[in-house]
Amino acid sequence: MAVPRKALAEAKRLEAETLLAAAPLPAGAHAGWARDARASARSRLLEMGAPHRRDEYWKYTSPESLIAKDPGEAAPRADDADPFDGIGRTTLVFVDGVFAPDMSDDPAEAGVEIQPLAEVLAADIHWARDLFGVLEAAGQDPVSRPLATLNTAVAEAGVAIHATGKAGRPVELRYIHRDPGSDVFLRTLVRLEPGAEMTLLESGAAGARFNTCMEVSVADGATFHHVRSQGREHERRAATALFARLGAESTLKSFTLTANGKLTRNEAVLEFTGDDAVAHVAGCAIGDGDFHHDDTVFVTHDAERCESRQVFKKVLRNGAVGVFQGKILVKPGAQKTDGYQISQSLLLDEKSQFNAKPELEIYADDVQCSHGSTSGSVDETSLFYLRSRGVPEAEARDILVLAFLDEAVQEIEDDALADAVRAYVADWMERRRG
Amino acid sequence: MLEIRNLHVALEEEAKPILKGVDLSVEAGKVHAIMGPNGSGKSTLSYVLAGRDGYEVTEGSVSLGGEDILELEPEERAAAGLFLAFQYPVEIPGVSNMVFLRTALNAQRKARGEPEVSAPEFLKLIREKAAELNISSEMLKRPVNTGFSGGEKKRNEILQMAVLEPRMCVLDETDSGLDVDAMKLVANGVNALRDAGRSFLVITHYQRLLDHITPDVVHIMVDGRIVETGGPDLALRVETEGYGDLVKSVA
Repeated sequence: MAVPRKALAEAKRLEAETLLAAAPLPAGAHAGWARDARASARSRLLEMGAPHRRDEYWKYTSPESLIAKDPGEAAPRADDADPFDGIGRTTLVFVDGVFAPDMSDDPAEAGVEIQPLAEVLAADIHWARDLFGVLEAAGQDPVSRPLATLNTAVAEAGVAIHATGKAGRPVELRYIHRDPGSDVFLRTLVRLEPGAEMTLLESGAAGARFNTCMEVSVADGATFHHVRSQGREHERRAATALFARLGAESTLKSFTLTANGKLTRNEAVLEFTGDDAVAHVAGCAIGDGDFHHDDTVFVTHDAERCESRQVFKKVLRNGAVGVFQGKILVKPGAQKTDGYQISQSLLLDEKSQFNAKPELEIYADDVQCSHGSTSGSVDETSLFYLRSRGVPEAEARDILVLAFLDEAVQEIEDDALADAVRAYVADWMERRRG
Repeated sequence: MLEIRNLHVALEEEAKPILKGVDLSVEAGKVHAIMGPNGSGKSTLSYVLAGRDGYEVTEGSVSLGGEDILELEPEERAAAGLFLAFQYPVEIPGVSNMVFLRTALNAQRKARGEPEVSAPEFLKLIREKAAELNISSEMLKRPVNTGFSGGEKKRNEILQMAVLEPRMCVLDETDSGLDVDAMKLVANGVNALRDAGRSFLVITHYQRLLDHITPDVVHIMVDGRIVETGGPDLALRVETEGYGDLVKSVA
């Protein structure tokens, strides 16, 4: 363990240099502000250094394979089921990180304004100027999140979504993975004007290795729903970051389903800047075998009467590993904050593992914050109860697993979407029942 | 219907004998009651009949309709027509009552080689049965037993029994935790299910449930054995005299 601090900092800086050298400089025209944002990200990354497994922030998840030169190989799954089956939506398809217009719906029909990232970054005057790299940079304190900074420096593909009213139907970003060795960076920018509403769906593995970063600005009274499913490929790796800033009386609800994947690190960094806002982040992870899944969440309350909820459930078996690092920071003056955090794992055997690090840091005196974390196995009494009613054991176990996950699934606002996700998970369970 | 012969059962973990030679025969269409003091083995008997883990049958046999059930899994016993109404019905958050019941009914039908019940058919069936037990549609949508009052849980057990239509119903202390009104509702539910092809084994500590569900035969269980068998008047005798003398007669 005795790596001197200075040597570690130097190693991290060198690694950051290597990362930047390996990634191609973004081609295409850049407006001055965009070029500045890229340059700032590069210098910030060099300063903070690459993630290292000695970092406290990476204590439970090794970042090595996320930054290695070789992205690794992941066999694409052609037969992956649609996690949003039956949901009407406007779908934009990316194949190995490249937008595929011929496979996509017409973005003009989405009810929101959608532009490719490259076009946005080339525009001298654009709303994205206040967002691109801005929320990411603001979210670097108190811990640095270098993979997101790397994304700001190098991601070329992605979309910018501007919602000015109530979108009629969801927009889906569907990430298809074909090249077994693809290393994909995507950037998503979302701006919701006051009172606007939209639902963003994401699905698929995107690549053998996927680095994605989303910045979301939710203005006063606006509502943003986000539901994603990370794809069922066994060997894929992903590092995702969601940065969101919430105005007064706004709502953000984000749900992530992860079934399979060698390594997944999902970060969410949310900040309340206006009073009476609501933010819920939730996730279900179901892993079997070579599966490492990490949810790292940081919620900052810097306004009054805001409600935050973190609900994370993981079902792990055959040596699968789950990690939860969740923090609620209540700044001075953020009175009447209502913060709730729960992370639970269901360990289906003794080989599986769950590490949880819940944290509260509170500087206001009139707040309500709670957190809880549990790890357990399937309840034998419940199992017997179901079986005594005639439900066969394997099916009864699945029912209890689905029931365990449901508190997180319930965080999906739209019932039809929640049911689609339930069906997708049930299907995953059934496949594994054999 | 149910034939229990010389049943000896021990707790698996402690090798501690609980049932020490139970003999009991419940005929089709009859209601038998088992009464006994705490710790006499009544609840163990109900769990062993339903096939719960943790008990070891060291001797004896149990058959249902002529078929030996001790080797069957709990779900196979259920499909064969055995139903246990739990003393403490289990809360299962995240599974709606309705989905649970339909899954159970169809699993049993599938096991018996019968066609599954369609969603509309099931809805009609459950609405009808629920109304008889004063169970609201809201209660049906709620997760199984979650946040239910004691009375609601017991009514929910009877609802399951009514929907699953078992031929052998074992009721374990169904009266515990119920006020008089709730008990009447539960008893009416049970009485409505009484018919020539269905038998009941009603396990209770107190006689009061038997005021509402009149048994054909009453057994007294003490220290893992049936020590006395009689008519409904035996229950009344226990009510006035207590278990004291019966316990002494064993000692």
